Amino acid sequence: MLHIKDLHASVNEKDILKGINLEVHAGEVHAIMGPNGSGKSTLASVIAGKDTFEMTKGELTLNNEDISELDPEERAHRGVFMSFQYPVEIPGVSVTNFIKTAINETRKAKGLKDMPASEMLKLIKEKADLLDIDRKFLSRSLNEGFSGGEKKRNEIFQMAMLDPKLAILDETDSGLDIDALKIVANGVNKLRNKDNAVVVITHYQRLLDHIIPDFVHVLMNGKIVKTGTKELAHELEEKGYDWIKEEINA
Amino acid sequence: MNLKDKLVSSFLAFDDYLEDDSPIHDIRNKAIKNFEENGFPTKKEEDWKYTSLKPILNVDYSIFPKGENTVELKDVKQYFLHDIDTFKVVFIDGVYSSFLSETTHDSMDICLISSALKNDRYSALIETYYNKIAGEDSLTSLNTAFAKEGAYIHIPKNKEVEKPIEIINFVTGKEEALMAQPRNLIIVGENAHVQIIERHQSLTDNAVLTNSVTEIFAEKRAFIDYYKIQNNNSTASLIDSTYISQERESNCCVHTFSLGGKLTRNNLKFIQNGEHCDSTLKGITILKDKQHVDHNTLVQHVAPNCESHQDYKGLYADSSTGVFNGKVVVEKEAQKTNAFQQNNNILIDDKATVNAKPQLEIFADDVKCSHGCTIGQFDEEALFYLRSRGIAKNEAQALLMYAFANTVLESVKISALKTRINRIIAKKIGVNIGFNV
Repeated sequence: MLHIKDLHASVNEKDILKGINLEVHAGEVHAIMGPNGSGKSTLASVIAGKDTFEMTKGELTLNNEDISELDPEERAHRGVFMSFQYPVEIPGVSVTNFIKTAINETRKAKGLKDMPASEMLKLIKEKADLLDIDRKFLSRSLNEGFSGGEKKRNEIFQMAMLDPKLAILDETDSGLDIDALKIVANGVNKLRNKDNAVVVITHYQRLLDHIIPDFVHVLMNGKIVKTGTKELAHELEEKGYDWIKEEINA
Repeated sequence: MNLKDKLVSSFLAFDDYLEDDSPIHDIRNKAIKNFEENGFPTKKEEDWKYTSLKPILNVDYSIFPKGENTVELKDVKQYFLHDIDTFKVVFIDGVYSSFLSETTHDSMDICLISSALKNDRYSALIETYYNKIAGEDSLTSLNTAFAKEGAYIHIPKNKEVEKPIEIINFVTGKEEALMAQPRNLIIVGENAHVQIIERHQSLTDNAVLTNSVTEIFAEKRAFIDYYKIQNNNSTASLIDSTYISQERESNCCVHTFSLGGKLTRNNLKFIQNGEHCDSTLKGITILKDKQHVDHNTLVQHVAPNCESHQDYKGLYADSSTGVFNGKVVVEKEAQKTNAFQQNNNILIDDKATVNAKPQLEIFADDVKCSHGCTIGQFDEEALFYLRSRGIAKNEAQALLMYAFANTVLESVKISALKTRINRIIAKKIGVNIGFNV
């Protein structure tokens, strides 16, 4: 589904990603781990199409379509979703209206009519229940005054509503207590199926106890330096990253 | 002949036409002398540093509209708040339109300044209030000299006006270029409550210059909620001077929505004479093309324990220009004053300009005053967030503009008006997003 080959990206002419190779197939969960500043969030942003990063080299395709030149909204229309580490506050626009706009914009791009209001309401109710979200929460202004946990839960709610093919969760576990973490992980697990894929970007292994990855990749200095299974995440949790550095240098 | 000379010489004929025994005869004469001495303000004056009147003075305006013009209700209905019941004081080319208006003398007066000036019944109030707080700058003086029509509103003690009052000035375009000088006097008695919406609307593409003056008196514990809708054609300019005098425990809030017009200058001056007054000044400015808006505000804190809140938001596209010149004066006696001022601007295009000049003059030593001013561009992170959800760039920008203006919009207390302004703003921004209010 997602094919990344020798991807290089820079910001202000500073190279951040220096040759990423990654293959993600439908039905899989991939975890990308790595120390601070290794380029994890940059990779997420480059896939989602943030234009502050320049992709200088390589291939980036989704279902065999080159998406490297597409706008962020065009990538979203093709099924790319990114859960933000720091979701943005939008005063005056309710969660419900925001998600309605997002869904109908995507439908418009596909040549479909707006989703009928009754269908939309049903969908909202279903997905809110899935994530244990109070209905009152949905009429609040988007992310305004939300706690860290509420923001992340709201991100996963948006993911549930938009039903993406490829979901990238960027540090979704940061700022979450264990209960919130379980709700979020549980939500993601319920949304998984054989046709979609999830890329979890995280600093810590604890989220991976709840969203079990098929593959774990270690990103360091702009490159994937090691790939393994969920056991690798445990190893990193115990031993840190220094041993990998030594392994590379050896 | 330049406009100043034309105005001064026209005054003689105008003065002859008015009755000599008019109670404001002397006020007018003094005002025209003042205008003659000072002329139109130029950029050399500190208060006019960023606004030049030159481009709008070089027009041969008709100073006295020739005849009584009429308009069809269906053509102007959109400018009224037609989905709710309101009182209306409507003028067409400076002449009162009884057909479009809904005035009253039942337990309060919502009528015309021309009748208030003529009728002996009102002479005591006119004597007490008329031209008592209006400034002596040349533009206000010019209005004082020529003004003969406008709204007169007197809400007596303890009266809560049950529906909003709309003051609307239409210009028809039957004259090639027209200068209008409406004059409003609003007296809100002790513990009385009122909501007022003021609008100037040109129905033509001809040049129009409106020089409007409004005096507002808030007696003890009076409550005034005032809205100015400035969404005029790109050939119409407006100089709007509003003077508000507040007595103790009164609460007065003015929202200014500057969404159109060629050149708009707002002079909004508050003076707080008694303790525990609350003054609020809020504004949303959304401009494009070469439009220009200048907000010049003053809050004069004279008495202790008062508050003032200013919150102005501006969105500037194309080559539009904006000015925010907000001054807060805290006099020596005005201890325990809380004065806040906020002005945030977004420049949508590279050619747009904003000049912001907050001024605090504090002579008391136990006060809380703050001011903040920002001029920036769209938050790229926020834009990316919205676009990553499938929302196209222009719609995402619109959503951010809407969110940006929202802190001002949400304090509009008349819900029909809020909906209306929302629609105007959505149209301005050029998108149709399904947000509710």
